[in-house]
Amino acid sequence: MSQVKMTVNGKEMSGDVEGRTLLSQFLRDTLGLTGTHVGCDTSQCGACVVHVDGQAVKSCAMLAMEADGAEVATIEGQAAPDGTLNTIQQAFQDHHGLQCGFCTPGMVMSTAALLKENPKPSEAEIRDYLEGNLCRCTGYHNIVKAILAASGQDVSALAAE
Amino acid sequence: MYNFEFEKPASIADAVAALGDEDAQALGGGQTLIPTLKQRLASPSKLVSLTGISEMQGICMDDDGRVCIGGASTHAAVAEGASAYPALAALAGGIGDPAVRARGTIGGSLANNDPAACYPAAVLASGATIFTNAREIAADDYFQGMFTTALDEGEIVTEIKFPVPEAANYQKFEQPASRFAMVGVFVAKFADGVRVAVTGASEDGVFRWAEAEAALSANFSADALADMAPAADGMIADLHGTSEYRAHLVGVMTRRAVAAAS
Ligand SMILES: Cc1cc2nc3c(=O)[nH]c(=O)nc-3n(C[C@H](O)[C@H](O)[C@H](O)COP(=O)(O)OP(=O)(O)OC[C@H]3O[C@@H](n4cnc5c(N)ncnc54)[C@H](O)[C@@H]3O)c2cc1C
Ligand code: FES
Ligand code: FES
Repeated sequence: MSQVKMTVNGKEMSGDVEGRTLLSQFLRDTLGLTGTHVGCDTSQCGACVVHVDGQAVKSCAMLAMEADGAEVATIEGQAAPDGTLNTIQQAFQDHHGLQCGFCTPGMVMSTAALLKENPKPSEAEIRDYLEGNLCRCTGYHNIVKAILAASGQDVSALAAE
Repeated sequence: MYNFEFEKPASIADAVAALGDEDAQALGGGQTLIPTLKQRLASPSKLVSLTGISEMQGICMDDDGRVCIGGASTHAAVAEGASAYPALAALAGGIGDPAVRARGTIGGSLANNDPAACYPAAVLASGATIFTNAREIAADDYFQGMFTTALDEGEIVTEIKFPVPEAANYQKFEQPASRFAMVGVFVAKFADGVRVAVTGASEDGVFRWAEAEAALSANFSADALADMAPAADGMIADLHGTSEYRAHLVGVMTRRAVAAAS
């Protein structure tokens, strides 16, 4: 066992890990931040996406020790401390961008990374960016709509479902 | 996943030393290796992370006009930073998804030499040189069949140098489930001839399509390839497509790459 330290959602956190401990396991099991979901554990679904030093990564495909000293952002840090949803989360709610909600933490974190890189993405750019985030419920349409809305764009341009 | 020790050296020399231990293995971005470990298809005693080695990061231009890419550079870094070689930057930006590109590295991709990986096509078509901690290896000598390369045990890909062609393009027909290349073709036109490298298609991994190279060196246009396709013999056949289908796709993707080359 070795100790790792990282800043998670702005707070210093530390814990003991093995070499093989994944970042997703450290966040969920050691820190109790179970908002980061593990859907596939095979790098396909993107439910486990978090930010490490500002970049979206699949936390099931990164060792906790690789994140030693890093700044990590998870879904738990997205809403304000009083629970007020951030713009992206609110847009997902307003536009029914989720049904069961299992993919949503990863969708929101990927969206946050996308909008940082590209504040006004087109529909095609949104769909392309979300290639690694799978949703079994929504058919993606309302997720795309929510992201257009979150980036301050007109959603009526998107064909009615 | 079996347990292992973890080390993160800060220099190539320290990484080479750490890899000297029995059953030690290099860890790049982990996008291939971590899933492999989960399936217990590998059981290293120690993983030596290459992500903390600054001398293996970054993209620059050498005095011969080659684009030089550190072996631990991520796909995202190449997509963003290799603007002097647009076809290469575009290829890197089309690998996997953003999260995979944020971690996966060019050195890891080349060491792995997956028969459906994208980078091998760029390296082979460009006639790039692979630099390791021990030597330099020409692309034509480096790829030795599916998942097989000229690398020795514990040898690290530290840098890749790409001559920049006059015109180049990569066309990838995505396998619909994995989004790896079902067939990918990289065409590179140099002053002294055209090189065409094909990934995803052959049971022997990435290969140069000599017939197309000869035709395109004489006349660099999609018409020069007319109905040309490589022999279906030795092409991969699986539930996504027959070997005949893949051979046909090689012709189609090569013509598209030539038409799009700039
Ligand atoms: C969902 C998904 C989609 C993908 N899509 C594509 C795609 O479309 N096209 C594509 O080409 N690839 C694709 N990949 C693979 C991806 O590009 C990997 O990043 C790459 O194959 C391996 O790079 P890595 O740095 O992650 O290496 P790792 O997984 O860390 O290592 C792979 C192997 O290389 C060795 N190694 C690592 N770095 C070095 C080095 N510098 N020198 C010597 N040996 C080294 C390791 O010991 C290991 O054996 C995809 C992966 C995923 C998970
Ligand atoms: S749980 Fe990480 S990609 Fe599915
Ligand atoms: S809302 Fe159920 S998986 Fe996306």
